[in-house]
Order: sequence, then structure tokens, then C-alpha cells
Amino acid sequence: MRWTWIDRFLRLEPGRRAIAVKNLSWAEDYFADHFPGYPVMPASLILEGLAQTGGILVGHAHNFQKNVVLAKITAHFQREAHPGEQLTYQAELLDLSEAGARVRGTAHSGQELIAEADIMFAHVGREQLPPELDDPQFVFRGELAHLLRQAESAIPSPPSGTSS
Amino acid sequence: MTYDDIFTKVRSILVEALNVEEDEVTPTSRLKADLNAESIDFLDIVFRLEKQFGLRIPREDLFPESIFQGDPRFVANGQVTAEGLAELQRRMPYADLTSFRENPRLDRIEDLFTVDLIVRYLQSRLATPAQ
Repeated sequence: MRWTWIDRFLRLEPGRRAIAVKNLSWAEDYFADHFPGYPVMPASLILEGLAQTGGILVGHAHNFQKNVVLAKITAHFQREAHPGEQLTYQAELLDLSEAGARVRGTAHSGQELIAEADIMFAHVGREQLPPELDDPQFVFRGELAHLLRQAESAIPSPPSGTSS
Repeated sequence: MTYDDIFTKVRSILVEALNVEEDEVTPTSRLKADLNAESIDFLDIVFRLEKQFGLRIPREDLFPESIFQGDPRFVANGQVTAEGLAELQRRMPYADLTSFRENPRLDRIEDLFTVDLIVRYLQSRLATPAQ
């Protein structure tokens, strides 16, 4: 099973940035425990959604052929997020190399900044994986396929005629 | 740019990338042993240095990862051989090998990755016009 913490991909500008949204509903299981009577979106899950947004941006740069693995994250939070809010995750590609990538991510509710993060991804090749692993391309697979299609369809078409 | 100018910029980068205090970063600080850098931090540092100094830093140039590849000419019984030391000097010309030569244990190589190494590498790169 894979946890998908993005509801919809809105925009993918290859090599530049990606935007996705996450809707917060009180019906989601985790709100029952986090916290009883005072539902708060766990900060780690906001970061997971941001990292998924950034990870797809990074993955697209190599046509999803490389495993993109979250390696390091530094985050600052401005306030809590609650049921009924829609979080907009924006990831901006700062650096990209054969070894990995660095992304700046923000989470907004409307115009309000909820969190910002610096995220490092590593490209993990076959030689760094345990030999018994069945599928050496294990990241952009399975349940993520739908999201990848959505991301690809969120690439804006090039402007016709004049430049934008 | 002087050594001190470069050091000041490198220090700010390390404070950001490694989440350390400014006064913890001195020229002799070892990235792993003193500043707790992990392997992914080296990539983070390289990205930030490239931005700050407007350079491309090829992989293995500043922080070579696999110098000896288990080659018996270079390493014997966990010690770097004389030939290995020559190879090390060639691959890391900016590293100060003085103390390492006294006890060239393979696992001490990571102590060569110091703040001074970064500054001296940048000094040399910045002195050479961009290709």
C-alpha cells in the first residue's frame, strides 16, 4: 500500500515547479486521534504531501525512470491546519543533478502560509538497493500511476504565438 | 576573494545546511565528526556552494566518495599505502594530509573533509576563469 497525501495535481511546469492540493476532511481517520475534540492535520503528513508534490516534479525531470527518495527535510510551520481547509502545496525546483535534487516547498491555505520546507531528494540507483528487491524501480509505481497521469495532464500547453 | 571572505560565505552555508551554530564552524571543523554531516548533506552543501559561488562542482571533485575502490595497491590491512597516499593527494589536492600521513587508517579519510578543504577548493576554482 502506498500513502498518497495529495488529492489533485493542479499544475506541473517541468524543471520549475509543481502545484497540488490536499483537502482536509473531518472524516479522515487520523483526525479522531490527532487530537480528540481538537482535530489538527499532523505536520508530518503535510510534509509528506509536500514531498510527494516535489518528488513528482523531480521524478519528471528524468521521465520517472530514476527512484526519487526523500533524504532530508527542514521545515517551519506557521500555524495548524484544520478540517475544512484546502492546502495548496507548491514545490519549486532549486537544484537538480545526477545524484539528487533540492526543492523549496510551501503549503498555503488560501493566501495564508501554513508551512515551508527545504527538501532534499536522492536518486537511488540499482547498485544502492538490496539485491533481493524484486522491482529496482520501486518509486513511481502502482497507486502512484494515477497521480502521475494527472501530473502529466497538468503540464500547461506552450503558448501559441506570443510568449507568456 | 580572500580566504576569509570565502570562509564567511561557506560558514553561512554550513549553518543553513547542517543546522549548526555559527561559532561551531571553524576552518578545522570536520564535516562528519564535528558538524554531524551525513552523506546526503554533502550533496546539499554542493548545491548551495554552486548557487552561492556561481560554479558547477562536478561529482567526486570536492568530496570524492570512492577513491580506492578496494584496490590492494592503495589499501592494505585497513591502512592506506604509500601509493594510496599519492593517489589521495592527487584526487584531493586541497586536503591537508599532514596528520593523516601519521596514521593513515582508511576510516580516517572522512576526517579530511573539513571546512578548510571546502575553502581551499573554492579559492582554487575561483582563481581559474570559468571554462
